[in-house]
Amino acid sequence: MTAISPEAVFDRPADARPDYLRIRAGLASWLFTLDHKRIGVMYLVGILGAFLLGGIFALLIRTELFTPARTVMSADRYNQFFTLHGAIMTFLVIIPGIPAALGNFVLPIMLGARDLAFPRVNLASFYLWVVGAILAVLAIVLGSVDTGWTFYVPYATETTMGGVIPVLLGAFVLGFSSIFTGLNFIVTIHKMRPPGMTWFRLPLFLWALYATAIIQILATPVLGITLVLLIVERVFKLGIFLPALGGDPVLYQHFFWFYSHPAVYIMILPAMGIVSELISVFSRKHIFGYTFIAFSSIAIAIFGFFVWGHHMFVSGQSTMLSTIFSLLTYSVSIPSAVKVFNWLATMYRGSIALKTPMLYALAFIFLFGIGGLTGLFLGALATNVHLTDTYFVVAHFHYVMMGSTLIAMIGGLHYWWPKMTGRMYSEKAGVIAWALVFIGTNLTFFPQFIMGAHGMPRRYYNYPPEFQFLHQLSTVGSYLMAVGFFLTAAYLLHALFRGARAPANPWGGATLEWRCASPPPPDNFERPPVAGDPYDFSEIDYDPQTGGYVYTPRPAPAAASAAH
Amino acid sequence: MNPIPPLSLLAQAASPTTWPAVSPGGGSAWMPAAAATAARQADFVFYFIYWVAVFFFVLIVALMVYFAIRYRRRAARERAPGTVSHNTALEITWSAVPLVLVIVMFYLGYRGFLDIVNPPSDALPILVTGQKWVWSFTYPNGHSDTELHVPVDRPVQLTLWSSDVIHSFYVPAFRIKRDAVPGRYNKVWFQATRPGEYLALCAEYCGTQHSDMLARVVVHEPGGYEAWLAEASDPFRTRSYAEVGRLIHQKRCAGCHSVDGSANIGPTFKGLWGRQAAFRDGTAVLADENYIRESILYPQKQVVKGYDPVMPTFQGQLKDREILALIEYIKELEK
Amino acid sequence: MATSSTAADPHAAHPAHGASPAHGGHPPHLAHQFDTPAQQFESVVQGMWLFLATEILLFGGLFCAYAVYRANHPEIFYYAHKYLDTFWGAVNTVILLCSSFTMAAGVWAAQRGRRGMLSVMLALTLLGGLGFLGIKYVEYKHKWEAGLLWGRHYQPRYPPGYHGDPAGQDAPAPRAPAAGAALSVATPPATTAPPATPLGAVPNAAARGNPPDTADALAATDGPTVTATPAVPTADAPDPSWNLHPFESGPRGLLLPGQAPPLASEPLPVRNVHIFFGIYFAMTGLHGLHVVAGLIVIGWLLVGAVVGRYSGGYFTPVEVGGLYWHLVDLIWIYLFPLLYLIH
Repeated sequence: MTAISPEAVFDRPADARPDYLRIRAGLASWLFTLDHKRIGVMYLVGILGAFLLGGIFALLIRTELFTPARTVMSADRYNQFFTLHGAIMTFLVIIPGIPAALGNFVLPIMLGARDLAFPRVNLASFYLWVVGAILAVLAIVLGSVDTGWTFYVPYATETTMGGVIPVLLGAFVLGFSSIFTGLNFIVTIHKMRPPGMTWFRLPLFLWALYATAIIQILATPVLGITLVLLIVERVFKLGIFLPALGGDPVLYQHFFWFYSHPAVYIMILPAMGIVSELISVFSRKHIFGYTFIAFSSIAIAIFGFFVWGHHMFVSGQSTMLSTIFSLLTYSVSIPSAVKVFNWLATMYRGSIALKTPMLYALAFIFLFGIGGLTGLFLGALATNVHLTDTYFVVAHFHYVMMGSTLIAMIGGLHYWWPKMTGRMYSEKAGVIAWALVFIGTNLTFFPQFIMGAHGMPRRYYNYPPEFQFLHQLSTVGSYLMAVGFFLTAAYLLHALFRGARAPANPWGGATLEWRCASPPPPDNFERPPVAGDPYDFSEIDYDPQTGGYVYTPRPAPAAASAAH
Repeated sequence: MNPIPPLSLLAQAASPTTWPAVSPGGGSAWMPAAAATAARQADFVFYFIYWVAVFFFVLIVALMVYFAIRYRRRAARERAPGTVSHNTALEITWSAVPLVLVIVMFYLGYRGFLDIVNPPSDALPILVTGQKWVWSFTYPNGHSDTELHVPVDRPVQLTLWSSDVIHSFYVPAFRIKRDAVPGRYNKVWFQATRPGEYLALCAEYCGTQHSDMLARVVVHEPGGYEAWLAEASDPFRTRSYAEVGRLIHQKRCAGCHSVDGSANIGPTFKGLWGRQAAFRDGTAVLADENYIRESILYPQKQVVKGYDPVMPTFQGQLKDREILALIEYIKELEK
Repeated sequence: MATSSTAADPHAAHPAHGASPAHGGHPPHLAHQFDTPAQQFESVVQGMWLFLATEILLFGGLFCAYAVYRANHPEIFYYAHKYLDTFWGAVNTVILLCSSFTMAAGVWAAQRGRRGMLSVMLALTLLGGLGFLGIKYVEYKHKWEAGLLWGRHYQPRYPPGYHGDPAGQDAPAPRAPAAGAALSVATPPATTAPPATPLGAVPNAAARGNPPDTADALAATDGPTVTATPAVPTADAPDPSWNLHPFESGPRGLLLPGQAPPLASEPLPVRNVHIFFGIYFAMTGLHGLHVVAGLIVIGWLLVGAVVGRYSGGYFTPVEVGGLYWHLVDLIWIYLFPLLYLIH
């Protein structure tokens, strides 16, 4: 075949234009930027900072639980810490997480677009996140909050701690940040696809973000009104939830979980999208069952709205309602399971490179396997009665939030790191940190399944001494995890300044973001690329000179001869 | 799990109660001791799901590890040998088989659930009151206690409610749990199968001493329950008022009020009698019978300086005689 | 938000007709991320529809609360809604409908580049919205004076249907609850042995999950006829009856010690009427906030119309502002019958 020079098809690899990081310097150029890449980077910094704060609370909690009675803090302080850990991790880290920090950066480039549909809304979304974060920190300072991140009434209206209203306001503001991000993503995917990219040529990460955005749009407003009502109830004693005023505290639970259950699918769907990308690229093989995976994302988003009552099987909800919710809960498990099978089938007879992002993807399959399968225990009514509100539930949701969503986010961060920063990190350090995080996660949370099944309730400051050994295992695991995360931060920061220069396509991906420079220029592409099959690697060749891969389209045989 | 001898639980030095183990007599690998009829079905469902989950997990991880090793990329330019990206029959199969399995799981779980929500008509009714941070049980004859005593092999129906925030009554050995919600009555029933002592815990976060809100559950041999109830309903028959007061204090007040002078959530009772009680609003009153009675029934009316207004009322839970007993006991503490 | 991508665009400094050579000749008002004005317009409109969906769900929570409480306690809604003045509610409905019409006319004018008509229509819409808020203010003020508020602030001065001076001396007392319901909490019962009923057969109401009645020490839910409770709490003092006990306050339908059962011919007292007003203020309050936001948007559009920012080629902000105003109107169309026209 004729050799087509990379320059002809590759969008100016030796671009004279500075990239998006260097085009303008100064704080103001960042704070008032409309560039989705810069906004994504700011989100990433903020979210990782919030993760550090939430993680510190987690380590404090686990330290306290090393012995049954008081170890390092009072019961009230402990209650505040688990509340803040939950609220910060849920609202500031995991829900915005992948869509804000990675999606903002990657989505437009994957579409071959210059930016999102509404850049100002994007910036507003970021500042709303900042306001939410400030309110959360303010809550800590203003007297803290000890209600649990679920704010159940009447405890949340009764407690005298001064930080309750700031946290509720913070969560409310964060809700709008989430809504605006979702709104932006939906319109962008609908209206700004490049020529050639039909719906069934969308990369699966974008299908995942699209399904997530649907949930963000439809579920988050219900959280908004719930938090507003809770604030009004607390301040003005409106009477809608308080039993002393004729209200119904279980109604609050319905409102809260109507959002908070779909919220967990906001957390997991983008993670699954990343895993689809990673498995395919690092097996150099077309993703198996593309159509099913795409539809399963939408199915999970839709079914996820109908199962919130499974958090309330013991609340006094009627038997009929509980039965319906239990049945529907199982319906959501099937699309998730099938995705795992599809990923395995992709790996079958692939060409698998065990680089750090792929290791995180494999860890995801392991950890999500446990997390998802333990959901089956909780969906069944008889076992749920015994297991709900115990450490079994704590272990389950940490396996899916921490072990799946966060692991996928870190895997995605490593995957797109060369694109975002233009640098490569140390692969060796990556593997070591990965091992620490993986082992640490399992050591922290697996003993919690055992103690929960044996009757250890959650949110317990004191506990029966027979659970001490398992708690100690868990605490040691948490420290191991922390070491892994700090190591990760260290080598990534090091890579930022000292890492090797990254080629445009270090991993051999076939999606459009790998066709622009690393880092990309401000407008991403000079002219929109033509999209093909995002998982067709037949036209991606390894280029030993750059240490990366190049896209070299083979000319269509009939057209080539006809043109002459 | 090895059964570990019960050890003292409460962090507060004021009340060193010995609690039963969560799982006395041991259980299985994953489940605590089974002491009620509901445990049979619940454990069966648990282990059914468990083995299905283990099977699929081992399968998935084994395949994953095997593929990662067997199909390892050896050179950067290497391409994947396989090209298949779609197989309708396979995709339908691996959707249908899990679907059938989860429907079975749902059905088994549903049957087990019916076991604990539909009580037999001859169930012994007991009212359970949750309040921060102690459980109270009111028996059909009106006696109110902080321990749950039930006969073996007889259905018992618990009617749960709370007088302040949401609590949840959880007995791991019986596999039952139900929220105690203020403003409504929730019900759950069980039938104990093994005499012995078990632990009930609060399973819905309710504040500072949420993890100390425990209760002893005693399952009596046949005849034992009636004997206990007769004795407990009228402790005055064999004891002095002060003695009964001491028992009541241990069960109801010791969580917040010490008798040895140590600080706690509420003022200590040591030396209380005859003292001037100074209140948050600046007034003071002599601590006599009237004051003690009013503090028990209307605790929010006058709160002692230096303490928070968190004491719940004991109206409806302490009879007049019991209040007198407490007063006699407090008088004794002076000496 | 809807116009964020187009306001203050980089072409503002350029002549309106021209296109800077650096941008390859594309029209002004076109943001750089879009390829054609049509793509931009459609995207912005789609974005606004999605935002409206979120607003519907926001109110949806309140509609849900309304549905739950009305299904469980229809008597509260039937009794309390008579306190509302249907006439002024209907006037408000007509005002909003008309303002929706003038808004639509304004969008029509903008599409045809008719600046003058657009300005007039926007001004009329603004006036309509202000009129709505004015009437709402009068209604709220009246309720405040009459003690028709939420929670424990519900202290009505007269029964529903009375239209005289709320603070006047000739206001009759609101309908009293049945005598047995006035429970004195000051003296505890001589024995705390509970009635046999709650343990044996739970009465229907409790089985339905209805909350036990609040102790009457709470601010009178039906009127100032609850007597003999020295410890009636004010809004600030801690309330001893926060700690409830079923035998003291009596679950709904249960007899209290010493209480005679009501005769079948007597109407049962309506308890917890304040729930209606809690929902009323929450729903109309949230709606009112959205009206204010809408008026700010319309005001801003009016300024833009007067200075000539909109034309036949660019009227996106007017279009999406109109969509928002129509939603605000639509929500009121649902609120009005649900709150004012209960049958």
